[in-house]
Amino acid sequence: MSATLLRALLLGLLLSACAVARGAGAPPLWAQVDRVTWGVTPAELQRARQMGWQAYLDAQLHPDPAAPLPPDVQQRIDALSISREDESAVYWDQLARARQIRQLPQDEQVEARREVRRVAGRRAAETAQRSAWRALYSPSQLQELMTWFWMNHFSVYAGKGYIGTVLPSYEDEAIRPHALGRFRDLLGATVRAPAMLIYLDNVRNASGKRNENYARELLELHTLGVDGGYTQHDVQELARVLTGLGIRPDARAPRVPRALRGQLVQDGLFRFDPSRHDRGDKTLLGRHIAGGGLDEVDRVLDLLARHPATARHISRKLAQYFVADRPDEALVRRLSATYLKTDGDIAEVLRALFSSPQFAASLKARKFKDPTQYVYSALRLAYAQGPAVRNPQAVTGLLGRLGQAPNRRVTPDGYPTAQSDWSGSGQMTARFDVAQRIAAMPAPFYREGGPDKDGAPRPRLPAPLPLAHAYGAQPGPFQALSPATRHALAEAGNVRQANAYLLASPEFMRR
Amino acid sequence: MHRRQFLAHAAALPLLWHGSRLYAAPDSGARLLVVFMRGAYDAASLLVPAGSDFYYESRPTIAIARPGSGPDAARPLADGWALHPALADSLLPYYQRGELAFVPFAGTADLSRSHFETQNSIERGDPGDGARADLRSGFLNRLAGELAQGRHAPAAFTQDVPQIFRGRVGVPNIDLGRGPAAGLTGDRARALAAMYQGTDLARPVEEGLDIAGRARDALARELSEANGKAVPVQRLAREAQRIARFMRDRYNLGFVDVGGWDTHVAQGAANGALARNLAQLGRALAAYAQAMGPAWRDTTVVVISEFGRTFRENGNKGTDHGHGSVYWVLGGGVRGGRIAGRQVAVGRDTLFQDRDYPVLNDYRGVFAGLFGRLYGLRTASLQRIFPGVRPLDLQLV
Repeated sequence: MSATLLRALLLGLLLSACAVARGAGAPPLWAQVDRVTWGVTPAELQRARQMGWQAYLDAQLHPDPAAPLPPDVQQRIDALSISREDESAVYWDQLARARQIRQLPQDEQVEARREVRRVAGRRAAETAQRSAWRALYSPSQLQELMTWFWMNHFSVYAGKGYIGTVLPSYEDEAIRPHALGRFRDLLGATVRAPAMLIYLDNVRNASGKRNENYARELLELHTLGVDGGYTQHDVQELARVLTGLGIRPDARAPRVPRALRGQLVQDGLFRFDPSRHDRGDKTLLGRHIAGGGLDEVDRVLDLLARHPATARHISRKLAQYFVADRPDEALVRRLSATYLKTDGDIAEVLRALFSSPQFAASLKARKFKDPTQYVYSALRLAYAQGPAVRNPQAVTGLLGRLGQAPNRRVTPDGYPTAQSDWSGSGQMTARFDVAQRIAAMPAPFYREGGPDKDGAPRPRLPAPLPLAHAYGAQPGPFQALSPATRHALAEAGNVRQANAYLLASPEFMRR
Repeated sequence: MHRRQFLAHAAALPLLWHGSRLYAAPDSGARLLVVFMRGAYDAASLLVPAGSDFYYESRPTIAIARPGSGPDAARPLADGWALHPALADSLLPYYQRGELAFVPFAGTADLSRSHFETQNSIERGDPGDGARADLRSGFLNRLAGELAQGRHAPAAFTQDVPQIFRGRVGVPNIDLGRGPAAGLTGDRARALAAMYQGTDLARPVEEGLDIAGRARDALARELSEANGKAVPVQRLAREAQRIARFMRDRYNLGFVDVGGWDTHVAQGAANGALARNLAQLGRALAAYAQAMGPAWRDTTVVVISEFGRTFRENGNKGTDHGHGSVYWVLGGGVRGGRIAGRQVAVGRDTLFQDRDYPVLNDYRGVFAGLFGRLYGLRTASLQRIFPGVRPLDLQLV
């Protein structure tokens, strides 16, 4: 018997002892890790095992902001143009070019306009690629998962206007730093984010020329929820509060009457223009909001972020994502209470969620993966052994294939995530196709980007190992495969085909 | 998703269905297929206002010649309207048989002139006039919800479920054009089905594998037929035939979209890019009609687009984003052979904002009127499908 095997067996015994110590009802560690990451892998499970669940969870809830990505992945992200360009400069340049286009001969205008739009498309695509790399390789897995969750909660459509251009900072500065922080901070960051102000037309919302689009979604989708007890009047009043929040069209100072200059706020591309702001008093949710400047927005966001309806709405949505499509109301109440007690501390709400009996029960029942969870978890497992994926476009392509292309949801409600949304016949066969591609056709994931790099050497990929045995003798997700799945794996003609079946199995559809 | 990127380059690509849905159909009853021409096709090239001198003044290089002026001339219909010659072989016979009507000056009040915003607003059934309807679901989904259990069997023939079919009623999507069908056969299909037997996902998996298998069988049959006759069947027409098989056998409320209409540059006239696309779509619809067989009697096909294009030719021998469009209504039970709906004479003074066709036949009213006739839906139902709608009964069926 080899030393390695002996060690594995001993470790197994030790773990069984631990399992007993944790109580017969305690959920298996692999299932816990699977649920709080983009997918459990042998290495991730090993890390959690060494730290112990509580310490692992603590680290995931409060990640080290400096925790490094694998160096080769970091290098590739650094090489993206979004990592090198100044976003404001790019955006202003686009606006300037769009203005110049009007002076061009007509037959050149169409192509010139496309050229300007291409910049936004490229930056949106690179943002999606960066997020795919981080989802696959970041040690701060829960933060990446929550970044997706909030990007979807505060959803913007990258194809509108030049949103693609400002998408990198939306994800990296508005969302990710607050993904596990206080909801109030997250909300405040989105209210100043150019992507949001463009997407929901607040750039067109000015005193005397109101646009209610953002106000309505802010109440219905972002904070109180559709049944949160607000009225059409509240929407109109919030729209008034939001007048004047917009974007700097260039680096010059705006023409603002002298008396209002003190209220002008500029920060990057964000601008609060007091001359576009409705300075009258407002009433929101029965509260008097004395007319002012940008401070009105801060007061209103405090009110909304601390509102019990917001606590309930956010708590329910988290429970839907992490526990069950139709979560137990008792759980939602408990999470809401934690939310209100901690002033909307997302990490604390999640801690309460992960320690709830409903969460433990859901680990046994398992939860159907949405397309993004499916694709990322399959890639994390299938390519855990080899070099890091070099062509994240192949990854984002699969997300699009399954209907969750990053930042491509046209409507502001974000992608649905429930089983009923993603278990139709077309989705299932598309997932089988994706499973086949990931398990049996690795080349596209390692193709270097750009037509000029076709001749670049491909990395040597290790021979595929049977994924069903990836966890060896240790407890893992594939110990309890159904007889039918075992049979399919056994009948597969080769390792790649067996791996494709495993990724296509009913077990792997759940987390 | 890809659709949007597609639009940007659409003119250069071959015409493909890129989305569709189907619903399981009962043996009898109305079958409705909605076809969305994404990208805003140039309606004034399809339904030519041949009686209008202003049309010929406005389009020095891209107008379709007056009927009777040669082989490239438009084919006369009624009331001074004429049909693009690219449809002479495929759809003109349906018009002449009284199975095809056109509804000019159709569209939405939405004035964003943005492809995606207007498509989205139409698919939701939004009035588009700024009075936002707060609709999240799509109007075909709400239609399915209003039809009694067993009366509706919806399906989208698209890569994923489009906005028009999102909502409370579960709608499958059937991706005919590409994808997994090729690999999901034989041993693999059997192994996959066996893994799911007895699970809560058994039904969709079985259905998906079944569809993939049928698509493959149909493809094989088409190939052998095509080889036998040595006539290459165009891809769009082939996919239309596949959709017809589903609509004949299992579904009765379908949706498919087809791109390639955003003709800002060099759209051509009797020949050229737009003519080729129109010819392909015409042949595909004719192939669909034929493949429906006896069920064609109960079939209605409505062809729509998000908006029209500028009435005047632009500096690039193309047209830009406009307003009013022309809808097509085709079917065995359609009261066709006519130009339906409210009309005005085509001239400079009747253009909307001195640039586009006006919208006189609101799409919600047209659909509501049609739904009333097809399904006998009453006002309350129609109001749930299109809140605030005033149905416009054009007696299309």
